[in-house]
Amino acid sequence: MQPIFEVRNLKRAFGGLAVTNDVSLSMAPGDRVALIGPNGAGKTTFVNLVTGNLKPDSGAVLIGGETVTSVDAIGRVRRGLVRSFQVTRLFADMTPAEHVALAVLQRSGRAGRLFGNFLGMPGVMAEVEDLLGKLGLKDLMHRKVSEIAYGQQRLLEIAVALALRPRVLLLDEPAAGVPQSDTGRIEQALADLPADLAVLMIEHDMDLVFRFAKRVIVLAAGAIIFDGSPSEVTKDPRVREAYLGSYANASHAA
Amino acid sequence: MTMTTTNEMTAAPPAHRRIANADLIGLAVILLVAAVGYFLFPNNLALLTRIIAAALLVLSLDLVTGYCGVATLGHAALFGAGAYAAGIASAHYGINDPLAMLAFGIVAGAVAGLICGVVILRAHGLPQLVLSIALIHLFHEFANKASSWTGGSDGLSGIAPTALFSLYEFDLWGRTAYVFGVALLVIVFLLLRLIVRSPFGMLCRGIKEDPIRIRSMGASPKIALTKMYVISGAVAGVGGALNAISTQVVGLDSLSFTMSAESLVMLVLGGTGSLFGALTGTVVFMFFEDVVSAANPFHWLTMVGALLIAVVLFAPKGIYGTAAALITRRREAP
Repeated sequence: MQPIFEVRNLKRAFGGLAVTNDVSLSMAPGDRVALIGPNGAGKTTFVNLVTGNLKPDSGAVLIGGETVTSVDAIGRVRRGLVRSFQVTRLFADMTPAEHVALAVLQRSGRAGRLFGNFLGMPGVMAEVEDLLGKLGLKDLMHRKVSEIAYGQQRLLEIAVALALRPRVLLLDEPAAGVPQSDTGRIEQALADLPADLAVLMIEHDMDLVFRFAKRVIVLAAGAIIFDGSPSEVTKDPRVREAYLGSYANASHAA
Repeated sequence: MTMTTTNEMTAAPPAHRRIANADLIGLAVILLVAAVGYFLFPNNLALLTRIIAAALLVLSLDLVTGYCGVATLGHAALFGAGAYAAGIASAHYGINDPLAMLAFGIVAGAVAGLICGVVILRAHGLPQLVLSIALIHLFHEFANKASSWTGGSDGLSGIAPTALFSLYEFDLWGRTAYVFGVALLVIVFLLLRLIVRSPFGMLCRGIKEDPIRIRSMGASPKIALTKMYVISGAVAGVGGALNAISTQVVGLDSLSFTMSAESLVMLVLGGTGSLFGALTGTVVFMFFEDVVSAANPFHWLTMVGALLIAVVLFAPKGIYGTAAALITRRREAP
């Protein structure tokens, strides 16, 4: 299958330190990939390079076969590469309905309209209610975001991303900071993501990674050290080394 | 619905209709205050018209500062551009029809808005404020130097608007100008109520809170803010043109830093991010200034300062914003 998302030999150094070192990966529609790595592995830099918030020293990023390396962050979103944020970035004074409506309007090129209220636009409201309904947020859709629980805010992050109808979705720790009691709802939302959507999830929680991902990529010191199935990742000696350092080897030898 | 902030755009289904009601109430209040002013101060309609022109400037400032979070101390540039354009059209080109003069004012205001927007939006925070101050000084100096057009420090005179709709002469008591001003304010107010609630208004509200989030939704904050600046310029241009038509003179003060700063004071006094707040702040400030300066010509500025400090300390959301929050709290209490 033609890859929907590709990264080719991406490199970026800060000073002398290669933070992203020759990273290549390719994803097809429907892929569920988890990107993991110890702290300082370069995950954040990688995300910034991919979304266009940071320029690579060399290498290329492709969306749907089109090279977007020189396209800015906004242009990449319009081409279908959408991200969610690790720390919720929502508008505290706005309602969930307004968040999703804004995304729908933006996607359909109507966010610049000077007249009319989205509450009176049947096409927009139908989509807003549908999306929020699927994520169990419909009852709260007219509350202010600052008044709803953190777990629900995380779900709203996903709803906003989906309202943009992405082709590639970058989820940055979708369950970060969510109390254990609410993670089930988020996992359900992840399981219900559109089947043809390519999803790259950056995550620390290994339980979530194993349940969600069909493929795991391990980043360490800016380079990919493992790319394969979840069942093999824990057995890989280099991954153990990267995560546990010499302690792993010591216990291994013992 | 909760309306704890002064943003009157927060919407919910029951509020859907309540918002439309708010428009009608706002309209009624404006007309009522205008009528009361007309009968209470029949000999001081010029002051009331000046208040309306200032209100248009403060509304315009609220669009970029209150709704979009842009810091500016140079907003009179847009107002002055409108005033000078309307004045020059009449004094130098014989375009004396008040509606045509108004059109010149609107266009010039919008162009000035575009210029200021493009420059100011390149920076954020403190540098943005400094850029705006530099701009207002440039505009001021340009008007001062181009004295063959603007009359320089003597002011632009020779503005002679003809009768409105060829029916209503601009009389000595300023009745026509006042009614004209009220009509303009009502039209602008209703248009702005629509705009701040529109998808574009919602987009700007999002930009004010988190421009990075807006970018990640595929929208360009800079384009949206520039557009808002142009709209804001058109509104300020209406105020400037009204000022030129009603006073029949345009001075350099309409393009001054002082006026820019005062308009910001009025906005903060009333409450940012709310059209009602902008109107309240203007009326209270201008009226207070007039009354106090007549009562005590030596210490009136001190009193204006004291009022400001009191409002900022005890009603940080501004007069209207604080009142609105109180009413909402009472309504929500069982």
